Amino acid sequence: MSQYRICPDTGLYFDRAGEGLMKANAVAGVVALLVAGVLALLVGLTRWPAIHYLGASDFYMVLTAHGLNALIFWIIFFEIAILYFASSSLLRCRLATPRWAWLGFILMLIGAIMTNVAIFQGSSSVMMTSYAPMEAAPHFYLGLILFAVGALIGCFVFLGTLVIAKEEHTYEGSIPLVTFGALTACIIAVFTIASGAIILIPSFLWSIDLIGQIDALMYRVIWWGMGHSSQQINVAAQVSVWYAVAAIAFGAKPMSEKVSRTAFLLYILFLQLASAHHILADPGVSSTWKVFNTSYAMYLAVLASLIHGLTVPGSIEVAQRKKGLTNGLFEWLRKAPWGNPVFSGVFLSVVTFGFLGGITGVVMGTEQINLIIHNTFYVPGHFHATVVLGTTLTFMALTYFLIPVLFRREMILPGLAKWQPYLFAGGMTILSLFMMGAGTLGVPRRHWDIGFAQATEMGLKFEFPGSAEMMLGLVGIGSVIAVIGGGLYLVITVGSIVFGKKIEESAGLMQSFGLPLAASCYTSEKPEPVKGPAADLEEHGSAGFEAPGTFVLAMVLLVTFVVYYFINWKYLSSVWPMG
Amino acid sequence: MSAILPPSEQVWWKTPVGKEEIVWIALALTWCLIMFAMMPIWHVYGKQNLSNEAYKTTPVQYEAKVKAMVEQHTIRTQSVGEMDVPVVAPPAGSDVYILGRLWSWYPMLEFKKGESYRLHLSSLDWQHGFSLQPININLQIVPEYETVITITPDTSGEFTIVCNEYCGILHHTMLGKIYVTE
Amino acid sequence: MSEEKEERVPAMQRLLDNYFLLLFLGVTMPTVFYILWGVMEIVSIPIAK
Repeated sequence: MSQYRICPDTGLYFDRAGEGLMKANAVAGVVALLVAGVLALLVGLTRWPAIHYLGASDFYMVLTAHGLNALIFWIIFFEIAILYFASSSLLRCRLATPRWAWLGFILMLIGAIMTNVAIFQGSSSVMMTSYAPMEAAPHFYLGLILFAVGALIGCFVFLGTLVIAKEEHTYEGSIPLVTFGALTACIIAVFTIASGAIILIPSFLWSIDLIGQIDALMYRVIWWGMGHSSQQINVAAQVSVWYAVAAIAFGAKPMSEKVSRTAFLLYILFLQLASAHHILADPGVSSTWKVFNTSYAMYLAVLASLIHGLTVPGSIEVAQRKKGLTNGLFEWLRKAPWGNPVFSGVFLSVVTFGFLGGITGVVMGTEQINLIIHNTFYVPGHFHATVVLGTTLTFMALTYFLIPVLFRREMILPGLAKWQPYLFAGGMTILSLFMMGAGTLGVPRRHWDIGFAQATEMGLKFEFPGSAEMMLGLVGIGSVIAVIGGGLYLVITVGSIVFGKKIEESAGLMQSFGLPLAASCYTSEKPEPVKGPAADLEEHGSAGFEAPGTFVLAMVLLVTFVVYYFINWKYLSSVWPMG
Repeated sequence: MSAILPPSEQVWWKTPVGKEEIVWIALALTWCLIMFAMMPIWHVYGKQNLSNEAYKTTPVQYEAKVKAMVEQHTIRTQSVGEMDVPVVAPPAGSDVYILGRLWSWYPMLEFKKGESYRLHLSSLDWQHGFSLQPININLQIVPEYETVITITPDTSGEFTIVCNEYCGILHHTMLGKIYVTE
Repeated sequence: MSEEKEERVPAMQRLLDNYFLLLFLGVTMPTVFYILWGVMEIVSIPIAK
């Protein structure tokens, strides 16, 4: 018989076995973020021309490790924790096959460590993308394969939990929207990992000389089926967390289940096609393929993101207005709990993801516009806005909620925690904006010295405009601010689960890393099935605009989008004609 | 707390949708279709498109083509370190070749402003990034594949090819030159 | 009675409640349009003369 506890503060259900797994995965993710953050500082200080901290070979090694720890290990560990939470806790169901889930966790852990070891041994400075025919050490690939297998087990544990919940009738009606979003993330993850297997297993065999060669173009197409889709897992997961936080912090109800779920369906069908964003400047792949895939089949996944961009803040507005904050367009927003990092983190994430990450992603993913952006510093500028301001900031915000609820500790330094999301988002916004600015001037990504000192010595000169160098300095400053903000997050969260005041007497150090609480916290009685809230008396949709403030904000986004999009066409039209 | 709870209604698909959502979806979908249309439109009316012309090749075969062009059309050399790199001025409209290798672009080219050239690009070893500065045209260079683009320089001066795909320890030293004369 | 209830659930809602059908669609779409079509494009690149 499975055992569970009901959180006395939130009423959330925690399966005894599932709870340990959520903690273990979240903690492993945070450790990866710590590694990624330290490396981020080194990268930032090296690309800051006035400091130029690391030597070239160290820089490329550190950049490789930064990419994998930040983009893959931190995020996917945390996402597995979210999958377990969204299935087991939200559906009040025991987690399926906890032993398999632990096996998956251990494989991920071994894989992450193995790949890091390969990188820091110095023989695998191949960047996250490890483009064939550039070769890494065999355990670089093997670590990634083990990590992917572990993550796949996590996905099946999630799906298995959904099956059990349905069979055992632990909930009534359809699964909650947040669980549906997690399902979307899980589905995208399955495709991601399958693509990864198709390309990483041959790469591993090639690195131990069992396969003669890997076709470089084939590698690119299939690798990006994994590389880009893995970031689409994040989009789905982070949007689910946005809905969850709107519900937790405001009691917000989705404006329309139908609209939000259809938007997730568009993600399931089309989001992954955008792996083609990376192939737009490649030889031989036809424009038909490029146009169809890069546009997610007529931008239907962009439509989905625009919908979530309206419905997440919109649902908050509706909830706030019901509480009486009805003055003007924006009283609901002015009087939001800006000092609560769970809310402020998510709100900053929604805004920056939309304005900085979303718009630029679509612009640079336009087949022809990509010619003036491919592989420039604009690219990391864009994805620091999507993955860091979007996903990482969202997950940080969620952690503040999980510390008392899941870890049963009080948060330390609440005064600093209030400021943490602003500091982190501020630094990252500066970094992202000026990376994109420098990229527009042609500054390459993954480059140790845009002053070209060594080439100049040999008689080959090139200088970027002075403004590019200035912008790289600002990127450096942004990175330092963001690292301070990120460091604060690590101090607060790790400090809380180690030293924070125990809300539950038995929430000791080992409990913070995955052991269950004292037996007396759990019960084996069958819980009540989880039900939807009572339907509103005055139904949505009848009375015109319920969220006019959000609608105005959404229009601002759309206008910005249109203007910026055509500015880039204008810029493209000024370069040398080619065809 | 309801996005984390099942929907209120058993049949939620039939719940009416709010007006702002409907208006927003209509606007957003329109915008999506406009953006989608822009790409084919630019293929017809725009002047900057990436050609689909490419061939499967080998480093040996490609290098031979580069050498043949260099032998025929070199006009001078430019010293880079201890090497003398040929500067090649092929006739307008002809096939011209650049190869990327660890860690240089070879040879240097000289174009005439306003003329068109069929520019071939490939790599002899790893992947490279052809980033023409300060024009800012960026192409992926993949070994064993030969890309052909027809390019028409419409500004004159000295242009630099920066490698913008990481290609190992001296990646940041990999520069090439294209000169465009009036 | 329960059968009658089933029938009133619209097809789209039933699709959205069917995890494994969604999983199938979500894996098939990119596999066909991105991977398979992409690989076909690459193998059909002509050989240089």
